[in-house]
Amino acid sequence: MSHQESSVISEKVTRVDGPSKVRGEARYAGDQKVDGQMHAVPVLATIPAGELESIDAKQALALADGIVVLTARDMPRLHPDLDNITVPPLATRHIPMQDNLILYEGQVVALVLAPSLALATEAAKLVKPIYRTHSYINPEHQVPQSADPARGNYSGSGPLDWTKGTPDAAYASAPHKVKSIYTQPSRHANAMEPSAIVAHWHDGQLTVWDSMQHISSVQITLAAVFGLSIEDVRVIAPHTGGGFGVKAFVWPHEILAAMASKVCGKAVKFVLTRQHMYNMVGYQPQMTQHMALACDEKGQLAAIRQDVENVTSLTDDYVEFGSAAARSFYACDNISISQRVKRGNINLPTFMRAPWDGPGSWALGSALDELAHEAGIDPLDMRIRNHADTEPQTGEPWSSKMLLECYEEGARRFGWRTRPEGGTRDGYWLRGFGMADCSQGQARFQSSAGLTLTAEGTAHVASSFCDMGTGPATIFRQVAAEALGLPLSAVTSDHGQTGLPAAGPTYGQSTTISTGNAVLMAAREIKAKLAAHLQWPVAETVMEDGCIRRNNERLSIKDAMKLMGMQEIASESTFALPGGAYVDMGAPGRPARSFGALFVEVLVDPDLGLVRLRRATGVYSAGRILNPLTARSQITGGIIWGWGMATMEGSHLDPERGRWISRDLAGVPIPVNADIPADLDISFVEEFDHEAGPLGARGIGELAATGVAAAVGNAIFDATGARLHDLPITPDKILGALRLV
Amino acid sequence: MSASARSQTIDISLTVNGRPVQASVEPRLSLLDFLREELDLTGAKKGCNRGECGTCTVLVDGRRVNSCLVLAASASNHEVVTVEGLAKDGELHPVQQAFIEADALQCGFCTSGQIISAVACIEEGHAGSTEEIREWMSGNLCRCSCYPQIAEAVEMAARRMEADNA
Ligand code: FES
Ligand code: FES
Repeated sequence: MSHQESSVISEKVTRVDGPSKVRGEARYAGDQKVDGQMHAVPVLATIPAGELESIDAKQALALADGIVVLTARDMPRLHPDLDNITVPPLATRHIPMQDNLILYEGQVVALVLAPSLALATEAAKLVKPIYRTHSYINPEHQVPQSADPARGNYSGSGPLDWTKGTPDAAYASAPHKVKSIYTQPSRHANAMEPSAIVAHWHDGQLTVWDSMQHISSVQITLAAVFGLSIEDVRVIAPHTGGGFGVKAFVWPHEILAAMASKVCGKAVKFVLTRQHMYNMVGYQPQMTQHMALACDEKGQLAAIRQDVENVTSLTDDYVEFGSAAARSFYACDNISISQRVKRGNINLPTFMRAPWDGPGSWALGSALDELAHEAGIDPLDMRIRNHADTEPQTGEPWSSKMLLECYEEGARRFGWRTRPEGGTRDGYWLRGFGMADCSQGQARFQSSAGLTLTAEGTAHVASSFCDMGTGPATIFRQVAAEALGLPLSAVTSDHGQTGLPAAGPTYGQSTTISTGNAVLMAAREIKAKLAAHLQWPVAETVMEDGCIRRNNERLSIKDAMKLMGMQEIASESTFALPGGAYVDMGAPGRPARSFGALFVEVLVDPDLGLVRLRRATGVYSAGRILNPLTARSQITGGIIWGWGMATMEGSHLDPERGRWISRDLAGVPIPVNADIPADLDISFVEEFDHEAGPLGARGIGELAATGVAAAVGNAIFDATGARLHDLPITPDKILGALRLV
Repeated sequence: MSASARSQTIDISLTVNGRPVQASVEPRLSLLDFLREELDLTGAKKGCNRGECGTCTVLVDGRRVNSCLVLAASASNHEVVTVEGLAKDGELHPVQQAFIEADALQCGFCTSGQIISAVACIEEGHAGSTEEIREWMSGNLCRCSCYPQIAEAVEMAARRMEADNA
């Protein structure tokens, strides 16, 4: 029945956590208070390389009663269980305050505890570390090297070298070709909520309120740090104030807070400052991407090369797989990629929205535009010609892909085919039009959810997922309501803590597909149980309007349950992946990816170099959209992230001292409201992805932030004739390039 | 600061969300820390503690301020309103309601500040058009980047409040 289908899913349902958030009642980790808690403030290394010789804490301790200064000597040693936790979900193998070695500026060398935040902050300033300095290795100046599999598992998540066909020969003999180097600086996430944790020991058990993206990761890691059983660690995170990847894994401050609490015997609250967020969690690394593309007279791609380098720490090899783009975006017989790292004295980078395909799509989407111009082909036609009908790496069919429909609908809505010529004036401004592909590989994680249906006709979803603003708390109630034929108001839920069925993480745009499918499966199991009791074939059984129905027989949930003598029916389901995998990128033989096409119009002031986003049209192929309201917000948020990446953001290292030059929101610009036009036109093609999971959905969170920088760079080229290869594209670079055009 | 300066406290009396509050505070205590740490009003957030992000925005005598840049002592004899004080008899302020309807929040961490700022923005007469709203709401960062939805919510609330006052 169609009314049931459309009743709850696909509706613009407002967020279930909206009321508590607009009232200021939602409590985040840093809002928690435990009686007798101590505030922790770290003392950070001011040198990027060396050893800590000693620490003078006399002045700090003399400041007031109740001040504690913890150094490496005071901290418990890591339990050997931690060796069994891989990196990731442990963010880095290097946990500070276990020895005296300093490997990056901003490494924690001591932790000051005091009953008030003001006192702890003041005392921390009085702690005097004495250092012996080693010579500093600037990662940006190092020769790229192969990643070492012994330095964490990051390098194992994709191929470091891969070739198909004979790209060099094909490149050499093709009539049209481009070779360029694309660069981008390190970028910090700057979630509005700095990371925070409150750790509290009681009877040998540890409870933490934490700001994070995956409950289970924190639970198993903290248990391992202390050699506890998993049940002895309780993790609570009802709200996370934005994560964007940098709260995905377990960073040292989370471990240090738990250690400090154990040592001092009181609850410890450790709220990072904005400045700490630059050194104490990850960021997207500085990257260099060497691109070589060639095509025939008709624009058919003959060769793609994408050789990618990124900076990393001395402690672990984080690899930013930008080359995922060359392996996945376009049909081509000759493709070659490589990934290299440049190690130095900096804190470790990490996955940040949108990892891999975000940087990868900037380089590939820009280089393809260059090639289209070189070959005299419209950039959209170039993409249609090179559409990858199957996955380019394996030749396997996609789980589902409707990118051609996105191209067509996007071009229509934007008016691509009838756009004015690039460089057309509008007052002082030069108008420019650009487009690019959006695309992100779809991770699926094993994930569990519980569901209970009561005789009152209400239902309750229980799963440990985190909602960091991406909307799962709302969407999963919709899924349960639809599948059980209940109004949304009859469904409640619990999430964000241990003790609930273990959900997969909230990253890699995987939450909806992983936990959402678990909720749907749990609902189907309940329906099957009801049908079995009534001795109805499940295929003929419908749940709608608070009733269960087979043909003309219809019972209210209440009556049906009474008949069965039950007060409630509970089920717990796991979205299990083939082969018992913890994570995959689509079902075996059916790789999953989300797609889209983004069209932008920019304005460039040729005298001042200013760039403005005038409008954007994005059309996406992401499977079934469960809530158009929250989905639109996810997408516009991603486009704005992309605008920041394209034109504003960057964190730079002092080449002598190895410190981030700016560690605040004054020196590191991010988009504000005035930067963003109201005219962001977002739509989705109608699609149901049967292969990716029974829900029919794929992810959108990362997808939205891909392709944006390329579309913007291409539009700036269209407006000015200047091709900028270094992000962010700021006025100084535009003016410099315009002088040469 | 010397130990003696720290131990000297200042007696303040102010109203917070219509409630009289009396306290004895260190001179260095910010209004934000006073609200969060002493009064347990945690709606206002600390995104930067330096006046860069707006997550700590509250009203002082009806004006929007970054409470991380205001000393608690200087708020004495003034009226402070935080996001917790906007709803009347449990009913949401039109701005709060509009934020939900327009989906002007994701993680919600900037939301208290955005909403307080929006109330003032409308009161100041800076909500005449979307462009004006975008400009006058730019002191409040949102990294989830709900900007179009925030502008829409402020406009929605402003129009409804105009209609109610007409
Ligand atoms: S915390 Fe006050 S402006 Fe950021
Ligand atoms: S809603 Fe997350 S920062 Fe604004």
